[in-house]
Amino acid sequence: MFSQIRCHYIRIALPKGRLFSGTVSLLDEAELGLEDYKDQPRLYRLQSSQLPYLSAKVFHEKDIPIQVAVGNYDLGICGLDWVEELLVKYPASNLVKVMNLNYGKGNLYAATSQHGGISSLSSLLAEKDDWQIVSEYPNLAEAFALNLRLRRFRIFPVWGSVEAYPPENADLIIIWKKDEKELKADGLYPLKEVLSTSAVLVANRRKWETKNMSDILTQISSAIREIPEPPSPSRVKKTPNISLPEEKNSVYLALPDGHQQRLTEEFLSKAGLQVTGYSGETISRRPIFDLDWVRAKVIRPQDMPLQVANGNFDLAITGRDWLLDHLYQFPSSPVVEHVSFSFGEVKIVAAVSQELSVNNISELRRLISSGRLSPLRVVSEYVNIAEKYLRDNHLSLYRIIPTWGASEAFLPEDADLLVENTQTGETLARHNLKIIEVLFLSTACLIGNKAIPRSAVKRDRINSLIDLFRKATGRSRQ
Amino acid sequence: MDSRSYKGTRDLLPEDMRRFRLIEDVFRSCCRGWGYQEVRTPSLEYLHLFTATGTLIPSMLGRVYSFLDWDGWSGERVVLRPDGTIPLARLFISNLPERKLARLYYVTNVFVFETTGTENREKWQCGAEFLGSGELVADVEIILLATEVLHNLGFSNSKVSLSHAGVVKALLRELNLEPEEETKALTQILEGNWQVFTETKALKPPLGEFLPQLLRIVGKSKDFLENFRAVCPTTSVNLRANLDNFIGVTELLDTLGYKYKINLKSLPGFEYYTGVCFEILIDDRKVGGGGRYDDLIPLLGGGNIPACGFALYVDPLADLLLVKLGDKVERGVLIKGKTETIEGVTACFYLAQVLRQAGYIAELDFVGQKTTDWRWLITVSERELPLFIVFDRDTNQTKRATSAAEVLNLIGGFT
Repeated sequence: MFSQIRCHYIRIALPKGRLFSGTVSLLDEAELGLEDYKDQPRLYRLQSSQLPYLSAKVFHEKDIPIQVAVGNYDLGICGLDWVEELLVKYPASNLVKVMNLNYGKGNLYAATSQHGGISSLSSLLAEKDDWQIVSEYPNLAEAFALNLRLRRFRIFPVWGSVEAYPPENADLIIIWKKDEKELKADGLYPLKEVLSTSAVLVANRRKWETKNMSDILTQISSAIREIPEPPSPSRVKKTPNISLPEEKNSVYLALPDGHQQRLTEEFLSKAGLQVTGYSGETISRRPIFDLDWVRAKVIRPQDMPLQVANGNFDLAITGRDWLLDHLYQFPSSPVVEHVSFSFGEVKIVAAVSQELSVNNISELRRLISSGRLSPLRVVSEYVNIAEKYLRDNHLSLYRIIPTWGASEAFLPEDADLLVENTQTGETLARHNLKIIEVLFLSTACLIGNKAIPRSAVKRDRINSLIDLFRKATGRSRQ
Repeated sequence: MDSRSYKGTRDLLPEDMRRFRLIEDVFRSCCRGWGYQEVRTPSLEYLHLFTATGTLIPSMLGRVYSFLDWDGWSGERVVLRPDGTIPLARLFISNLPERKLARLYYVTNVFVFETTGTENREKWQCGAEFLGSGELVADVEIILLATEVLHNLGFSNSKVSLSHAGVVKALLRELNLEPEEETKALTQILEGNWQVFTETKALKPPLGEFLPQLLRIVGKSKDFLENFRAVCPTTSVNLRANLDNFIGVTELLDTLGYKYKINLKSLPGFEYYTGVCFEILIDDRKVGGGGRYDDLIPLLGGGNIPACGFALYVDPLADLLLVKLGDKVERGVLIKGKTETIEGVTACFYLAQVLRQAGYIAELDFVGQKTTDWRWLITVSERELPLFIVFDRDTNQTKRATSAAEVLNLIGGFT
């Protein structure tokens, strides 16, 4: 079938997450010899068992358009939503939309809460002159706001849990959902369909112009089927996303989802707090505390410092890594750390490939000065921590590649330095990486806004909660 | 270390600066002559200043340099000024609320992204704004001022093309589009796409029949507009009012003997214009533009203040001046000395000071630089102070002097 003699090596970027199962089916059908893809997430690098000139790497879906556009990969599979998120801001990107792959279908919606009293975009437009828009798609959100000719708006890019924000913390969200039914099941109301999306195959424009990839394109093209959509992953039953009535002296607390959720739940229990809807069979974006003056929401820890800074939450349990990343970006932010916890401990490290002959930052600096590693390509989820680290160490010529996960997969082909968190260093070692410096230790912590609430009742409640958490850690007032 | 300037930006070398300064000096001199006062706005402004309907169109907003500042945790974005007029309107509202009339001018850089990196992303403008007058004479004043600057720079071949944003918007209104569609159509027009008028059959005769022709024909006097008004339906009150305004301005220009062309499609790509607009071209290069923007100051929260203004684009003008300026270089005195004795160095510095006070450019040379740009070369003796050897490059003569006053006398006294 593939008898043509090849002179070009072809690299394809494949997605983790939402499009994974559809992409497995497509690749099976296309017979490209990438069977190991099924083993992700442990394996990031794949070599075709059938085509010696084809290799693949697995990325977070959001990273794929960028990786293809900069030319690290010839082809990529990702959602059209992430392609448009790049192109709406950088229309001159070297990215070609090659074909619709007919799976992973859904829509980007402009939506608001069902409980905010808004039923149409025009009624929302008439109601406000300063908008808070929350989205994982800040570029599309900005384009949407500009096209709506909103006079004044603020976009809050978030890592996830977008549905938790309206109506209290967002007037509008831009969110991906499979259909309106799924959107409404999260307590949201669709105001406008912004973009209809599905998985697409993208190519680097320069490679597309000069490299013969026709065999692979033919195989993928002939493999496209109407792939049945997998049911949405839901480990646990969700409760409706209904907000409790606001009360001016309520204390707004943000709780983390993801890796820290179980540890936080254990800590809250240790502190003697009864919380319903944060663990077990039924979870909610708004867990209920036995203290009736606590209003809790579950959001990503990455997004908490910015939310606390803006007064959307009084307190939040996040990681010190995300607090510092926020403070390095906004040095005058009013966010402070109240209590340091003993759980969620990770080291924030700088790491390079084992193949690179440097063992510390000084040696890396010398290597850059010699011109052998210039510009330095730095990959990190912690963009501001990475930038400060590079500045403090006087590394002059560098490029930071922001990522949304699977960062260790970038080295050594697509990046030279990684700034990442690690618990034991095993993941880094498995990817043939070595730590050249530990930047700092991070644990979970309670953060708050240093602005003092006017209400004495609320002030006392915040302080009592801080004291409760502090006592549960076995520490006295700092 | 990579020492290139950032793509889309350029270094201005001494020769470039000579031309830039000449343009600025002539512009400032003309503005002052008409009673305008200089102001300067910050490079950074809030983004929301530029986002409202009636300011900048979305395609332009998509190319501004906006970002979160170091204290931007509230999500409030700031922008590197993409335009000179809107910040000046903000300056007026913030700082001069008691003024009902203000003539202001500025020399500033504006920042707009362009994709290739081969064109300038940082551009320089000389702008003047007449705030507080809705009279036709104000429109005429800014057109005459802009033209005078170009004339004084030695450009006799500038061409002015007139349009009218109010007329164009009134024509759009005649299409009876939904508000959202009308905004979209205006955006397309401001981006240079006039298909909404040429391809639609929505306009009834006779306007519908005449409009495509109007967009093709270039008029040269108010008579052209009078003819157009004659075919406008009497029911189009807004259109006729804007046409009357346009005719009024052209009538004044005709009376003053001012030459121009009328081309509706020469509308500058800024949404804030409401009345007469103009573009200025030299050798087919756009070197300036402006117009009336009566709604901008009310929109930004100021009072009901009408206004008009223009900007001249320094970068293309500087390129065009390249041909005109030639090799004329200001020449001066080069004082050559040695650093062997304190007395010798002191004599050099003292002589240079005397010459500068007398109006000469006096450059010191202690390292033996080349001397081609200078008319007089004065060598300061180290051994026989005070002794100055004065060489005149134009006459090829060498003379001696024993004091700074004597040197000054030899080279022609005070300038």
